[in-house]
Amino acid sequence: MSYAATLPAPGAPDFQGAVARRCDTTGLSVCLTAERFIKFNAVAAVVFLLLGGIAAILLALTRWQAVHLLRVDWFYRILTFHGLNMLIFWILFFEVAVLYFACTVPLKSRLFSPKVAWLSFAMMLSGAVMVNVVILQGKADVLMTSYLPLLAHPLFYLGIILVAVGTLIGVFNFFATLYVAKRDRTYEGSIPLVTFGALAAAIIAVVTLLHGAIVMIPTFTYSMGWTAQPDPMWYRMIWWGLGHQSQQVNVCAMVAIWYLIANLSTGAKPVNETVCRGAFVLYILFINLASAHHLLVDPGVGATWKIWNTSYAMYLAVLASMIHGFTVPASVEVAMREKGHVKGLFGWVMSAPWRNPAFAGFVLSVLIFGFIGGITGVTLGTQQINIIAHNTLRITGHFHATVVGGTTLAFMAVTYYVIPLIFRRDFIWRGAARLQPWLFGGGILLVSLGMSFAGSLGVPRRDYDIEPAGIFGPAAHLFLGVMGVGAILAVIGLLLFVLLCVGTILFGESNAGRPMADWGTAQAQVGSRAGSLADDHWAMKGTIALTAVFLAAFAVYYFANWKALADVWPVR
Amino acid sequence: MSLAIPDRGWYRAPAGAEKLWIGLALIWCFVMSLMMPFWHFRGKQNSRGEAYAVQPAAFMARTEKFVAANKVGERDGMPIVEPAPGGEAYLAARMWSWYPILKLRQGETYRLHLSALDLNHGFSLQPLNMNFQVLPGYDHVLTLTPTSKGEFTIVCNEFCGIGHDKMIGKILVE
Ligand code: HEM
Ligand SMILES: [Cu+2]
Ligand SMILES: [Cu+2]
Repeated sequence: MSYAATLPAPGAPDFQGAVARRCDTTGLSVCLTAERFIKFNAVAAVVFLLLGGIAAILLALTRWQAVHLLRVDWFYRILTFHGLNMLIFWILFFEVAVLYFACTVPLKSRLFSPKVAWLSFAMMLSGAVMVNVVILQGKADVLMTSYLPLLAHPLFYLGIILVAVGTLIGVFNFFATLYVAKRDRTYEGSIPLVTFGALAAAIIAVVTLLHGAIVMIPTFTYSMGWTAQPDPMWYRMIWWGLGHQSQQVNVCAMVAIWYLIANLSTGAKPVNETVCRGAFVLYILFINLASAHHLLVDPGVGATWKIWNTSYAMYLAVLASMIHGFTVPASVEVAMREKGHVKGLFGWVMSAPWRNPAFAGFVLSVLIFGFIGGITGVTLGTQQINIIAHNTLRITGHFHATVVGGTTLAFMAVTYYVIPLIFRRDFIWRGAARLQPWLFGGGILLVSLGMSFAGSLGVPRRDYDIEPAGIFGPAAHLFLGVMGVGAILAVIGLLLFVLLCVGTILFGESNAGRPMADWGTAQAQVGSRAGSLADDHWAMKGTIALTAVFLAAFAVYYFANWKALADVWPVR
Repeated sequence: MSLAIPDRGWYRAPAGAEKLWIGLALIWCFVMSLMMPFWHFRGKQNSRGEAYAVQPAAFMARTEKFVAANKVGERDGMPIVEPAPGGEAYLAARMWSWYPILKLRQGETYRLHLSALDLNHGFSLQPLNMNFQVLPGYDHVLTLTPTSKGEFTIVCNEFCGIGHDKMIGKILVE
């Protein structure tokens, strides 16, 4: 593939003995240790995704009242299982793989320590297995949040502590690698944007995982009978310091992957390095105490604290996402226009490499994350509006657009590069692969909308059965059905993804010694007059139109919610 | 390109459309930040989190006292209790019921004390869709003014064990 042309000339560099190889597609040097642990962590991640996916369909088919599949005890058990396997295990294992990639390959560096990587991996894996066994034995029906005074078996907490500390150790390996690379001058100047994004994710991850340790350790000692019960409100506050901020880790990792895929699939480069990096810095600086989002209708935390921490000091982390929401599509648009696709506002969209599933998945991820996840998230997380949303399915609808339609889909999309480039196998069933992001993304879109509308009608989240309440009518049932249909599509998309990955790793044709097979799309840099639009700051006309529509949609949704709030009973 | 080391001197101030977008986004973020304090002072629906420490047993005792003093009827063994207009009302959440049934008057303002006797519960008033968290150890006070009449249902929307979906309460407004 021809984007190799823009990479540092291969051949020259520093293969530290046999510890690295040269990538046959990109010419980059790949540390073999890093490669091994990227593989381990990515494979583990996909296994947990599969487990979470099986749980997902069971849950959705239970909440779809017309089907109502599971028994009540198993519903909550599987809900606990789904939350942890998806949000924690799938995401964290994949993120460790992303970190190992970002600190080695782009910096021509080797991974700091295989021993540390082993330790991290072994702790995470044993913790995750421990948690899953305890849940399936029925000894931890406390849901992912395990709010005290609900109490699970001690091994449940110990397992989570192992996963958190194991991840921290992996993050340490990342920082140590960055340090060694800098010290040994494997590169000159500033780290690449993708590594910078990963660095932001890693910094937030440390803060997040420390919250996890602070809350889980006393809960574990309490479950052992060694210490007194921590205060339930304190628990909620610190737990969400873990639970919410880890979402910012996911956002950082996802955005870094957006930049990566934009680059690999269309040759896009950041429209402005300063702006893109500045936005990552905003994430780091303004995410603290976002746990407030989950405590907006809680007792004991005052309005000032809620308002201040809701807006993360003036919403500057939201600003960061809005900036990426512009610069990412703008970079793709500029790259396409430089290749001569200049017709009208959206001519470049038509000629984009849609046949590449990484590209399709990336675009869907940007759109679902931005238009659904972002807009609903900021609105529901507004201090007073939360009154008409807290703990309803609106919340679940929101985060299935962010962490599923956004992060998970981005991770899936990048896998269409990880397997050819790291596992060195070309994908099997290429037609099915092209369909996969649409199935998953489309399904999740329906899941998210179904949940959100049902939630607007008051349907609670985490609720086995809505009939006993006796108040939910046909519309609520219909939207739960929409969620159910979406879930079937999404889970088919998820299973197809797992099948494609496993099938390719086992049976895919090796591409060692030659560039990876392309997807029948124009090669990333073909015909490009790269950089010719660098000084035209208005070239991204389609993106300007798109972001204008976005802002309008945001404002309409936001104020419609204030209107809905104004219609309920006055309360102070 | 985002995978490569940027050229030296990559610092560039935002310009053109990206500058415009950053400006617009920043203004929007300010608008959203200011909406909350605005609503805090001018809006009618706020969650101030007013709360006092209370032991579950003490809260139950207060609730029982409130029920004994203000009981006006019974439905399926659950007392119906009408607090004085403008007065205090108590609602205890426990696995898996809301105790007692409250009877309120339209247009009057009440101080509604919410607390849990065992686990976290979720106070979700339907079909209005107003939601508040209920914790053991915290007396969560809502200063509430019913503005519509009818029979309202309290759904528990925080997971509280196997009977969670059956934890249903009532507020009647006349
Ligand atoms: C395959 C697609 C998926 C479907 C169909 C799906 C469906 C569901 C359903 C039906 C629920 C239960 C809602 C409730 O009753 O409250 C749920 C909860 C949840 N899901 Fe998913 N999900 C999917 C993928 C994911 C992924 C990939 C993640 C994370 C990366 C995720 C994270 C969660 C979380 C955190 C919860 C809340 C658990 C709790 O309330 O304790 N889901 N999902
Ligand atoms: Cu309850
Ligand atoms: Cu409940």
